[in-house]
Amino acid sequence: MSARPVCDLTAWVVVCRLHDIVPNTGVCALVGERQVAVFRLDDDSVHAIDNHDPFSRANVLSRGIVGDLKGEIVVASPVYKQHFSLASGQCLEDPGVRVPVFSVRVQDGVVWVRA
Amino acid sequence: MKTGKLVVIGNGMVGQRFLEQIAGRMSSDALDVTVFCEEPRAAYDRVQLTSFFAGKSAIDLNVVPARFFEDRAITLRLNDRAVEIDRRRKIVRSTRYREVAYDKLVLATGSYPFVPPIPGRDRRGCFVYRSIEHLEVIRAAARRARVGTVIGGGLLGLEAAKALKDLGLETHVVEFAPRLMAVQLDEAGGRLLRRQIEALGVFVHTSKGTKEIVDGAERAHRMVFADGTMLETDLIVYSAGIRPHDELARAARLAVGERGGIVIDEHCRTSDPDIYAVGECALWNGRIYGLVAPGYQMAEVAARHLAGEADARFSGADMSTKLKLLGVDVASIGDALGTTSGSLDYVYTDPVAGIYKKLVVAGDGKALLGVILVGDAADYGTLLQMTLNGIPLPEHPENLILPARAGATHGLGVDLLPATALICSCNSVAKGDLCEAIAGGATSLGALKKETKASTSCGGCGPLVKQILDCELKKRGVDVKNHLCEHFPYSRQELFHLVRFGNLRAFEDVMARHGRGRGCDICKPALASIFASCWNEMILKPRHAPLQDTNDHFLANLQKNGTYSIIPRVPGGEITPEKLIVLGRVAQKFGLYTKITGAQRIDLFGARVEQLPLIWRELVDAGFESGHAYGKALRTVKSCVGSTWCRYGVQDSVLMAINIENRYRGIRSPHKMKMAVSGCTRECAEAQSKDVGVIATEKGWNLYVCGNGGVKPRHADLLARDLDDATLIKFIDRFLMFYIRTGDRLQRTATWLENLEGGVDYVRKVVCEDSLGIGAELEADMQKLVDTYECEWKKAINDPEIMKRFRHFVNSDQPDSNMVFVTERGQIRPARPEEREPGREVVTV
Ligand code: SRM
Ligand SMILES: Cc1cc2nc3c(=O)[nH]c(=O)nc-3n(C[C@H](O)[C@H](O)[C@H](O)COP(=O)(O)OP(=O)(O)OC[C@H]3O[C@@H](n4cnc5c(N)ncnc54)[C@H](O)[C@@H]3O)c2cc1C
Ligand code: SF4
Ligand code: FES
Repeated sequence: MSARPVCDLTAWVVVCRLHDIVPNTGVCALVGERQVAVFRLDDDSVHAIDNHDPFSRANVLSRGIVGDLKGEIVVASPVYKQHFSLASGQCLEDPGVRVPVFSVRVQDGVVWVRA
Repeated sequence: MKTGKLVVIGNGMVGQRFLEQIAGRMSSDALDVTVFCEEPRAAYDRVQLTSFFAGKSAIDLNVVPARFFEDRAITLRLNDRAVEIDRRRKIVRSTRYREVAYDKLVLATGSYPFVPPIPGRDRRGCFVYRSIEHLEVIRAAARRARVGTVIGGGLLGLEAAKALKDLGLETHVVEFAPRLMAVQLDEAGGRLLRRQIEALGVFVHTSKGTKEIVDGAERAHRMVFADGTMLETDLIVYSAGIRPHDELARAARLAVGERGGIVIDEHCRTSDPDIYAVGECALWNGRIYGLVAPGYQMAEVAARHLAGEADARFSGADMSTKLKLLGVDVASIGDALGTTSGSLDYVYTDPVAGIYKKLVVAGDGKALLGVILVGDAADYGTLLQMTLNGIPLPEHPENLILPARAGATHGLGVDLLPATALICSCNSVAKGDLCEAIAGGATSLGALKKETKASTSCGGCGPLVKQILDCELKKRGVDVKNHLCEHFPYSRQELFHLVRFGNLRAFEDVMARHGRGRGCDICKPALASIFASCWNEMILKPRHAPLQDTNDHFLANLQKNGTYSIIPRVPGGEITPEKLIVLGRVAQKFGLYTKITGAQRIDLFGARVEQLPLIWRELVDAGFESGHAYGKALRTVKSCVGSTWCRYGVQDSVLMAINIENRYRGIRSPHKMKMAVSGCTRECAEAQSKDVGVIATEKGWNLYVCGNGGVKPRHADLLARDLDDATLIKFIDRFLMFYIRTGDRLQRTATWLENLEGGVDYVRKVVCEDSLGIGAELEADMQKLVDTYECEWKKAINDPEIMKRFRHFVNSDQPDSNMVFVTERGQIRPARPEEREPGREVVTV
């Protein structure tokens, strides 16, 4: 990751409140110049991966359906439906493709991301 | 310790396959490998080269696995051409004056396009068509051109013609022979292909020898033909055959063929036992194979032989091909021209549909020798297997090419194929390999492809691979496609019943009772649709939000660049000038691309999520409703003008279409539904291609059902005749509800009917004769859905909670900066990746 002038990329950034995200869906957060897809599961755990879909090249992963395949928690790209692991960013259909994963945590109902 | 030095010249598709084969057999510790690659990038998919013009980038075409060279410490010398082989010193010299020593050398230099010796052939604006670089210069030149001409009407020539057409040029093909694809097609097949291609607007000129190319009067060049005619054009692409890259081998005094090609033996060795040649540069048994599959076979043989398997042999390859040329399916198998003595031809032509099929059968009628298919190549896989495996012909071979009559099935059960039958020729996968992998646990198509590599190159074998998988699974007692997904061991129909009779209204409840896990992008939208069909709860309800596909979530259709399109409802296609003006004004205000759809409506493209509510606020205020183009729901009811205006119309088709559309709008179903009403038998609304089609008669309406356009067109079946208005609606109510209850996920009515035991007669009994006694129940269910209809957009823009989802960033009002548009023909369109480079004139909205 290259350094960007506008914000310190190694820092934690507030993106929204937990209840801004409907359980089992995602939102897209702007962190510096990066688009981060943040998902909230029904157990209120949160996950963050890059919002860019490498197959369609559109910034849309936050709009995918969340679920699991063989135990792996995934989001399905809304465009061509490839699945990406929310834990590792790995694409399940194509071993050569992986999207960046970011640190994310919830503190006092506020969602923080480090991108 | 390294024991051997291996040098490979050429990193095309075959050279790369060779490297992968050798890497799988010999450890990189043992071998020191250097690869010379004249092109600026490592191997890419030349077969799909033309897709570069359809938006694929060099990266999409790449065929080298990630970190392939790095992980194996293979030295790849890009942009470096080998210029000399010194066999005495066992050294290869390259343009960068590097000498690299070898113990074993592999030539994978491929071939180059032949440019006929026409005076003027080197003029500016004359190109060949072989590499990404060639395509880049052609594309640049096309921007300044209006007319493009391809010299050569063979396989590659027609591909090049497609490319020129895609680039927006008036396109001509000039062929020396009297017909197109003279190698693969006979006269009648060539004629049909020509007609099909001409219908697409490409000009075809056969029996034309080009004498010279000189300055043109109107366009840049004038091509002068031997018969005295001439053609003016701005750019020229030569596609008059290929010639093997054998110059290095020639200079090193290796044996080469009379007409070129490096002579190889059955182990792919050249006349020097330390040098191998594979792919399009190699000449085996007097022939050069211009296809990739035989090259792959050579690559494997050479790698195995080098690794010490003395019995690895190349014994020729099949030259059958199947292609889509300018959208026309063309296939040629075996002895397509019928040169075997005593052979017999069976021919079927349908000039209207543009289909030509020919079987070449052995004189004794027992075996299939060759096939030509133009216009419809669906049976390619089956016929290829029959030819290659000598499977005995049925009693009436003509049934193999005649259109299937009602009830009759033809073709060949994959069960009949021997284990040795080669199913995927690109990757040398036999039926036995597939069965073994299936037995070993690869029981989904994805797993099977991953395990065997079958169907991962040209994809031509896909349908057969699927058939074999289904057949093997069935043998093992596995129910093939019943279960919705890994989370629910039920079909959609079964789930529908569980939901309806269990009175379940939330995904979590269904999961707790009947499923396992968290669900996925298959079962979630399917259950959302079932909830909507059963309870007609607003799909926007927060508890259904996580279940909806993005289209249903945002009530608009997602486009390739992340924007959305908007199709307001225009019932029956009838629209006032005032409303047309509103659409135009809204499109103008928000800078949207507008297009008339294939279904009598107007589509507005290029809206960002945060613009959708603003746009719909204006549309709703002007009286528009959601058109549900985003949902698995009723799309449109097309109509013709009918008796109101048309001098032949016998009923008011527009009014009926509007009534039907307003009755069934918004209803969710297993797949989308389309309908139409025509005012007389001339059928201008194409009702017989719809899920529900209504055609006016003197006495009332004829009702047709289960028609389909799309991938596999099907004409609708007549369900009932001469109905009055009320009975017509009653029957449609019952029919739709019956389909909604029993259809599979994403199963249109056409496929539903084809899988329904008893077919249309059974549907008629249920719908018209109420044989199951559920008629009243079906009508009541439908009436409930009709009564609870709400316009989703009207609801959405008035609900602040729902409005919250319409923004790109949760923490910023900025739009997505990735959305870049360019202007074309006076409207926006998404920029292609290469157009996003800085410095170009672009519109960022
Ligand atoms: C916009 C439109 C093309 C156009 O510019 O004219 C269109 C566009 C799409 N069609 Fe279509 N179809 C459009 C009319 C048709 C028609 C013609 C018609 O409806 O009279 C057909 C053939 C008739 C039929 O369906 O029987 C048609 C057969 C398909 C099919 C094949 C369906 C099948 O059963 O084989 C698909 C694929 C699918 O649904 O799975 C498809 C899928 C699509 C999708 C949804 C593909 C996708 O996933 O992105 C396209 C997205 C629409 C969008 O707005 O983003 N579209 N599509 C047409 C919208 C009509 C409308 O006003 O709602
Ligand atoms: C537009 C198009 C469509 C096609 N469609 C099909 C199809 O549908 N089906 C099919 O089976 N086949 C198709 N083909 C043919 C297929 O692409 C070839 O059979 C295949 O690419 C041959 O692979 P190869 O590795 O032998 O040669 P190539 O792919 O030509 O690779 C040879 C490489 O070696 C390099 N090279 C040559 N000399 C030297 C040197 N001295 N030093 C360093 N590098 C050198 C070349 O630059 C090239 O990169 C198509 C070809 C084209 C152009
Ligand atoms: S035919 Fe339909 S699905 Fe295909 S590109 Fe055109 S609009 Fe899209
Ligand atoms: S035949 Fe080409 S991928 Fe199988």
